[in-house]
Amino acid sequence: MDPVLKVRDVCLSYHTLSGETPALSHISFDLMPGEFLSIVGPSGCGKSTLLNLIAGLIEPECGSITLKGKTVSSGSTSVGYMLQKDHLLEWRSIYKNILLGLEIRGELTPEKLAHAEELLHTYGLDRFRDARPSQLSGGMRQRAALIRTLVLEPELLLLDEPFSALDYQTRLNVSDDIGKILKSSGKPAILVTHDISEAISMADQVLVLSARPATVQKVVDIHLSVEKRTPLTSRNAPDFKKYFNLIWKELNKNA
Amino acid sequence: MPEISTRQKQYLSQKKKEKHLIFAARILIFVLFMGLWEVSAARGWIDSFIFSSPSLIAKTFLTMCRDQSLFFHIAVTLTETLVSFFFVVLLGVGTAVLLWCSPRTSLVLEPYLVVLNSLPKSALAPLLIVWLGANERTIVVAGISVAIFGSIINLYSGFCQADPDKLKLIETLGGHKKEKLTKIVLPASVPLILSVMKVNIGLCLVGVIIGEFIGARRGLGYLIIYGSQTFKLTWVLMSIVILCIIAMGLYAVLNLVEKSVQKK
Repeated sequence: MDPVLKVRDVCLSYHTLSGETPALSHISFDLMPGEFLSIVGPSGCGKSTLLNLIAGLIEPECGSITLKGKTVSSGSTSVGYMLQKDHLLEWRSIYKNILLGLEIRGELTPEKLAHAEELLHTYGLDRFRDARPSQLSGGMRQRAALIRTLVLEPELLLLDEPFSALDYQTRLNVSDDIGKILKSSGKPAILVTHDISEAISMADQVLVLSARPATVQKVVDIHLSVEKRTPLTSRNAPDFKKYFNLIWKELNKNA
Repeated sequence: MPEISTRQKQYLSQKKKEKHLIFAARILIFVLFMGLWEVSAARGWIDSFIFSSPSLIAKTFLTMCRDQSLFFHIAVTLTETLVSFFFVVLLGVGTAVLLWCSPRTSLVLEPYLVVLNSLPKSALAPLLIVWLGANERTIVVAGISVAIFGSIINLYSGFCQADPDKLKLIETLGGHKKEKLTKIVLPASVPLILSVMKVNIGLCLVGVIIGEFIGARRGLGYLIIYGSQTFKLTWVLMSIVILCIIAMGLYAVLNLVEKSVQKK
């Protein structure tokens, strides 16, 4: 099987008047279809920058990023991106929020609208369709944000610490919820987080980045022996602790 | 309705009392001031020829209402103010959008905007009269000139404060500058636009009165100047009172608009 996403030898530096800071240095990895990859690393190591590159929002200074053989570029329709907060727009109803992407791309076709309906129904947001975002709980808002992304039918999903704004209990539930939705959609996804447990619980593979300038320090394949694996059940797996300690050690190597 | 506890009732009635008290104090100040003014003028403590009195103002008001000349002057000033306000909204929002679309242009123009904004616009009025003639157009331009630069600066800086993460969201959904403007910046700035306009309608009135002082044959500004030159100070004071009422009214209308938008 061919990888969906190929990241090859990517570098990037930040430029400011006071100088140049190398952020990413020769990053390479692959993502297979349907696979879930978590990226962890010390804070400020350039994890989010890497996602921005994959989304095509910024261009790498060297190396290449290809999605299904095509170089990613800004406004590319095939990458869905979930940000740290849900960023639902308060002046729009939930339904209108979900259609935002389609509106921007000029794709408000009957088929896409039907698809939006279906997603709303499947993920239980039907009864909130005319509600304002502030009337929803944090978990429901995050769901709405996910549907806003999924309705565009992306080939790859990027999640930039999408649960960090939630309190711990909600966070566990929402990550479980979102994890299941993503699994059922069969889409490959990349999650950036600094929560090691979250990274392991959701991923098939964890990529550990080193401190700035970030390089790929280690790739850990996660094989947990649990039936019906979901982010919540994963946390009870006997091997969970082993992976946690392994990644913890890796992260502390460069501290 | 859930049962209200005695404590809560006490709290509510206390708040209500407080509100009534403040309202009563406001009325009292007004009545005392008017009463003192009237009595001082009647007893000759102040010269009613210079200071006029509430009763004289009321009398003049009624006479001028009867021959309808007053309504004419009020209508002229009000129309000029509303027309210049309309242009301030249009040009202000329009220019701020253009500046937002081109950060480079806005950086280039910034010092000029700051200078124009701090310049006392009354200094321009004599020039405007010479350039544009003593007519309504000049007065409307004077009204615009007072309010426009400040509103451009305020609106532009407000536009720039749009949440960068929300703008990024638009990018991740495949949108560009135009979508950022129409989906995020403008809708997020509606409260700002309204509050800026609330200030500006008053400024337009200031500009219109300045214009009327110098080059008009009608309007409340003209009435004030004419009254002061012919020592009809009752006219002057009456016009000032009417201006107060107009300013309050215009502000109240915009306040209502703002409230109704917030409710949505």
